[in-house]
Amino acid sequence: MPVSLALLLTAGVLIACGVYLVLERTLTRVMLGFVLAGNGVNLLFIVAAGPIGTPPFEGSGEPEQMTDPLPFAMVLTAIVISLGITAFGMALAYRAWQLFGHDEVPDDVEDRRVLRRRRRRSQDAERLPWSQALSEEARRGALAQSQGLGDEDDDPLGSDLTSAEDVPQDATEADEGDADSLRETARRRREHRRGEAVALRHEIRDRTSDEEDI
Amino acid sequence: MELLLALPVMLPLVGAAITLLLRHHTRLQLGLAVVTLLAIFAIALVLAWHVTQEGVLVLQIGNWTPQLGIVLVADRLTALMLTVSSFVTLAVLVYSSAQSVSENVERTPVAIYHPTYLTLVAGVSMAFLAGDLFNLYVGFEVLLASSYVLLTLGGSASRVRAATTYVIVSVLSSVIFLAAIAAIYAAAGTVNMAELAVRLDGLEPGTRMILELMLLVAFAIKAAIFPLSAWLPDSYPTAPAPVTAVFAGLLTKVGIYAILRLETLLFPFSQISNLLLAAAGLSLFIGILGAVAQTDLKRVLSFTLVSHMGYMLFGIGMVTQLGMAATIYYVAHHITVQSTLFLAAGLIEHRGGTTNLIRLGGLQKLAPLIAVLFFIPAMNLAGIPPFSGFIGKVGLIEAGIAYDNTAGWILIAVSVITSLLTLYAIAKIWNRAFWQEPSEEIIARDVPMPKVMTGATTAMISFSLALTVFAGPLMNYADEAAHSVLQRTPYVGAVLGDEAAGDLRYRIDDQGHRIEDGVAVEVDG
Repeated sequence: MPVSLALLLTAGVLIACGVYLVLERTLTRVMLGFVLAGNGVNLLFIVAAGPIGTPPFEGSGEPEQMTDPLPFAMVLTAIVISLGITAFGMALAYRAWQLFGHDEVPDDVEDRRVLRRRRRRSQDAERLPWSQALSEEARRGALAQSQGLGDEDDDPLGSDLTSAEDVPQDATEADEGDADSLRETARRRREHRRGEAVALRHEIRDRTSDEEDI
Repeated sequence: MELLLALPVMLPLVGAAITLLLRHHTRLQLGLAVVTLLAIFAIALVLAWHVTQEGVLVLQIGNWTPQLGIVLVADRLTALMLTVSSFVTLAVLVYSSAQSVSENVERTPVAIYHPTYLTLVAGVSMAFLAGDLFNLYVGFEVLLASSYVLLTLGGSASRVRAATTYVIVSVLSSVIFLAAIAAIYAAAGTVNMAELAVRLDGLEPGTRMILELMLLVAFAIKAAIFPLSAWLPDSYPTAPAPVTAVFAGLLTKVGIYAILRLETLLFPFSQISNLLLAAAGLSLFIGILGAVAQTDLKRVLSFTLVSHMGYMLFGIGMVTQLGMAATIYYVAHHITVQSTLFLAAGLIEHRGGTTNLIRLGGLQKLAPLIAVLFFIPAMNLAGIPPFSGFIGKVGLIEAGIAYDNTAGWILIAVSVITSLLTLYAIAKIWNRAFWQEPSEEIIARDVPMPKVMTGATTAMISFSLALTVFAGPLMNYADEAAHSVLQRTPYVGAVLGDEAAGDLRYRIDDQGHRIEDGVAVEVDG
């Protein structure tokens, strides 16, 4: 079966761009990436339809010379489906923006938990330069708070961590009954986080004033 | 009779349209949805009976030739899946009706719940009945689109967070699936599964393997098989309990069903059966380690779900009749028991106000009914002897012994260890939620248990007990289903006529011996 190189190349480029965008962290870009990749895949169907022929209408010519219409029917269906899914994805991005002030794809709950645990273990976290000491999420949380979004006490993205957060970290069966110390750690952790946010705000203020000086 | 095949797809779609129009009458919506699902359950039973009596049923929509048009096909496997899934969806719908009227009013649904639920059912039925790959894709999309909406009901922060990952992963798998369909069309010139079974047999092994791997990746994402499973425990637990129950029970099983068809009908004599077995082993082991490490009830259950997908993949990977039969039985068992457990988790959340195992406690005394309703499916999941989980696992292990291969022995060991660790994870839940000293909060929080919720959970448990009591006839049924999917001729013959079935290169004869190019080959393990 002869295949159109131009179509294949276009499909390849579209899918490559799509994959690049899907690797972004913003949901809108991810959805755009899927639109591009989806169009690339749709082109693959047209490649699958074979060489160019006459329009497939009954009685308009020899059946052997007609284009295979079936892939086009499938492509139409696929386009409609991707339209619906894209609409949903955009609505989701908009809702995320309403809630968090951005539409970045959040980390996995487990990942965040592991990260937090590691940070807590390294006692020097406070003395590091802010760019390293602050996690991505604390920075984002500060951004959301500076815009009047989000609760002071809670990391807005972490509010669903009910389960993960209240769990005693590195709990062994032995320190289970020790409720007071748990509450204590939780309180210290909260203060620490608030401290980070405050430090960040100071930092931002300093930086902006620096820039103004320049 | 054939027209019945269209109903499991048509009825819920029509029902969804009407319930959407009736959005201001919640009671009426519920009644209509229940009636629809009851009708589907009845139809599924009739189909199952008919299929056992008469053989495979085929409906050619619009009388197009099968290679071009849409066909719906029901064999024994499809009929069993339809029956179990329609019962589970019915029970979960009844359960959710009480939840929306009881407490979490702001958290649970709204007018769009019932229509979306019905389209989800339509998508699931369509995926089971689809006789061509593209229709399978459409079925997947219908159920996924509905699941996006169900997962984000209410649009709270945590659900939006969870749904973001879920949507991206699902759309990615859909794109891969679509690309695979395009590649298959380019290679074979059709998407009808029966015709593909004939034509793919003639392709070169390399091309066959690429096509198989593409489809496998797409299905494995949906079935949450290990390297592709990370999205599941992150997204399922945030949804309302009934929604999680139906997702956990059905959506992953649709993926497994697709893999089963892929490995039997489309690509028999798979060159990648060792890959499947490796994925099965890793899913089993890593999934259950995740479950042991968790401290949230719903997350523990989600991880056991990932882990137990490995059992089904184990049976599929062996590609022997015993293995397939055990898998088919295990799928039916697992759909029921996993949904029941999530419903029970919903009851625990209702009573205790949380699913955090650290904060729960004392429910054995405070709510003995919930304790019983949780205990039975939990023991069933862990595979304690009298229950169906035990029977399914014994079936798989027997098949593994008969398979007699290094990979098989390793997987038997992993299955047994996983079973034990499942029991450990369940015991951990039990200790914390039921035996731990209850906090003041939980004692003070004395909410009445809606009878509908406990009733629906009881119905699910009785269904799973029925799977145990009637295990003998069911195993026979599963065995015949396995024989027919491995043989391939009944399916292809019913869709395309017996001549086409004669063209199949790979099949097995009545004694279960493999035949390649009309010559019997030695079963090499």
